[in-house]
Amino acid sequence: MEEKEIQNELASIRSLMERSSKFISLSGLSGILAGVYALIAAGLAYNIVYSGSSRVYTRINLHTDPVPLYNLIAIAAVTLLLSVVTGVILTTKKAKRKGQPVWGKISQSLLFHMATPLVTGGIVILIFLFRGYYGIVGPTSLIFYGLSLVSASNFTFTMVKYLGICEIILGLIAACLPGYGLLFWAIGFGVLHIVYGSMMYLKYDR
Amino acid sequence: MSVLMVNDRYDFNSLKELLNTTDGNLASHLKGLEKEEYIIVHKTFLGRKPNTTYESTERGKKAFKQHLDALEQLIKQQKSS
Repeated sequence: MEEKEIQNELASIRSLMERSSKFISLSGLSGILAGVYALIAAGLAYNIVYSGSSRVYTRINLHTDPVPLYNLIAIAAVTLLLSVVTGVILTTKKAKRKGQPVWGKISQSLLFHMATPLVTGGIVILIFLFRGYYGIVGPTSLIFYGLSLVSASNFTFTMVKYLGICEIILGLIAACLPGYGLLFWAIGFGVLHIVYGSMMYLKYDR
Repeated sequence: MSVLMVNDRYDFNSLKELLNTTDGNLASHLKGLEKEEYIIVHKTFLGRKPNTTYESTERGKKAFKQHLDALEQLIKQQKSS
């Protein structure tokens, strides 16, 4: 067998293995957009929290400083919704372009493995919010999100695993620095998404 | 075999779609693999529709790994000549 033929055979073996077990239609562009939405949201939140005061960004204590909590929750929810919708739309388009099924065994496994840590994290955060522990929201959301990405990465691009690990580390650092939650959110959901989204876009979307 | 190495089970129709081949072509290849005892066939029913899934055997996995090793050897030989 010629070397070229061998390489081709190995390439097709690898391709079959990947196509049958990984969801390759995930859109990197949606990651970039999610990061942009997050940064805009962080900017809005910053204005809300610090409007009217002449202070530069400092630590905030949610128990003593007046913070319009519901506005912040609304901003977070809208950002999340926009990111998810964008992700679904762009991923579906990419799947159609590649002739890959959007909904199947693989994407179902992907969603389940992503949803488990996310839902758990969401419930835990809500429980702690109702008990008055506001400070943990930032760090734990980053950590649970990172865990869900690491888990989901088994069913899609390996790069997602590294994004997940970065989010976990960021969340742990954020846990050591209470009061800077917004800053870490901006980095974790904003900057990191733009970075990884770009890497995925350049490598896989074209 | 590549597909069955990384998935526990795979059904006939998904294989057909993935490999972009015809019923007959796929069926004859699968028969060959089954004859060599590289795969086992699970025939079940989804409601009233027959659903056939395939699973690789230990023997099949071993043979596949040997195939990959052989390919690797060939590359090494090519490189050194």
